Amino acid sequence: MTWGLLLQAVISGLLLGGVYGLVASGLTLIFGVLRIINFAHGAIMMLAMYASYWLHALGGVDPYLSILLTAPLFFVLGVGVQRVVIEPNRRAAEHNQLLLTLGLALFLENLALVLWQGDFRTVRSAISGTSFMLGDALVEGARLVACAGAVVVCVGLFAWLRLTDAGKALRALAEEPEGAALMGIDVTRIRGVAFGMGAACVAVAGALVTPFFYVAPDVGESFNIMAFVVVVLGGMGNFLGALLGGFVIGLAESLGATLLPGSLKYLVVFLLFVLVLLLRPEGIFGGARGR
Amino acid sequence: MSLLSLHEVDVSYGDLPALRGVSLEVEEGEIVSVVGANGAGKTTMLRTISGLLRPRRGEVRFAGERLDAAACHEVVARGVVQIPEGRKIFPSLTVLENLELGSYVKRARARRRESLEGVLALFPILAERIRQAAGTLSGGQQQMLAIGRALMARPRVLMLDEPSLGLAPLVVREIFRIVAEINRSGTTVLLVEQNTRQALALSRRGYVLENGRVVLVGTGAELLDNDHVKRAYLGM
Repeated sequence: MTWGLLLQAVISGLLLGGVYGLVASGLTLIFGVLRIINFAHGAIMMLAMYASYWLHALGGVDPYLSILLTAPLFFVLGVGVQRVVIEPNRRAAEHNQLLLTLGLALFLENLALVLWQGDFRTVRSAISGTSFMLGDALVEGARLVACAGAVVVCVGLFAWLRLTDAGKALRALAEEPEGAALMGIDVTRIRGVAFGMGAACVAVAGALVTPFFYVAPDVGESFNIMAFVVVVLGGMGNFLGALLGGFVIGLAESLGATLLPGSLKYLVVFLLFVLVLLLRPEGIFGGARGR
Repeated sequence: MSLLSLHEVDVSYGDLPALRGVSLEVEEGEIVSVVGANGAGKTTMLRTISGLLRPRRGEVRFAGERLDAAACHEVVARGVVQIPEGRKIFPSLTVLENLELGSYVKRARARRRESLEGVLALFPILAERIRQAAGTLSGGQQQMLAIGRALMARPRVLMLDEPSLGLAPLVVREIFRIVAEINRSGTTVLLVEQNTRQALALSRRGYVLENGRVVLVGTGAELLDNDHVKRAYLGM
């Protein structure tokens, strides 16, 4: 174990952590408003990655540029899924809604398998393969861009929630649904917007990772689990916690992979997860304060 | 024609009837109060008007138009605004954000600045706390915020559900004074209260609700003088 290796692990972890933060922000946004864990979050990200992949493969569109198309598209798709699948079951028991999103994930993954087979596909962006040295560690350009892009989108999301009427309405709905309805907020619409924003978040995250990550029907699963761990870590419904938690989990995963034998890579992550659940179930960043 | 009316309204929770044949009229510019014990159906009535509950039978009308099929946000958009029991402010949002959300509906949004000035003039304490999280306010201040937030919606009818609940007597007096002032400036008020004496004293007319039915109707003074009201609600 050299310092260089450790530095490499820290950098890789932080860079992927930013993406986890963005995926988790979408998940926590949906949780805050709809009070359900969206287990289809990763599957929607997978679909978005395919969207970016096909735009590149068929249209030669750079994955970064594809965001301009996929983000709004997946927003609309998210609104539609919420309206058609989630909303009609809003009054069902919580575990039923959870199973519903899990079922949706299975459906989407198998749909992708049918349509595009299980092959691993890769996308090359203009900056794929570029890199520079930071001390003894290698920093890949695409990973740096992914992290920076994710953080920028998170900050944008945060600003949207703080500064716009729709964002404030969303936060109000997350806190006090009936109070929000009685102020004239169309709560059904805002629930759709929340799900749509969540889907747009993973559309961006998906496009950002395709230049250095394989695309396959089950690629969303690991992001889904990581985002779930991040959301628990950051405090359910806490946006700032989601971003910071993303970095923590990215770091934990990367250090685990470096310090432990290969197959135990996720041990550190899940150990952290269990510890947080046992010792600080409201999240390490103080519950929902940061929303 | 009255501004807001209920006609033979039945509401039930599953098989459990909560309102039975309730009729009520509120004229433009009035303060009308609805008094009654816990569980008499007062809150159910306001929730039905607001569109949070659907009547099984009967009509709710506002300015001549049916309200009983409208969604909650449409009711607000038309100018019928409720301050719910327990206030339901947004605790982690700032006082200002709470007030801004009061003017969420289009009609009110256009006059947000003007409304905000009016509300802050009415409640100077809210101006002092404008950047604070609403959850850090005292109970009385939270009630003021809830009233201010509702006023931001520029209501034609303001409905208050137990605004005096859990507040110290001096604060209660202040809240009732403010409700009277809001009414004087032209807003029609429908007040639901367990604080029978003060509510009826303030109101032009009142209704007594028992077990989901209207059992007495009269002017505030008549009801305060009624033997049944005196015995059952005023402890005399």
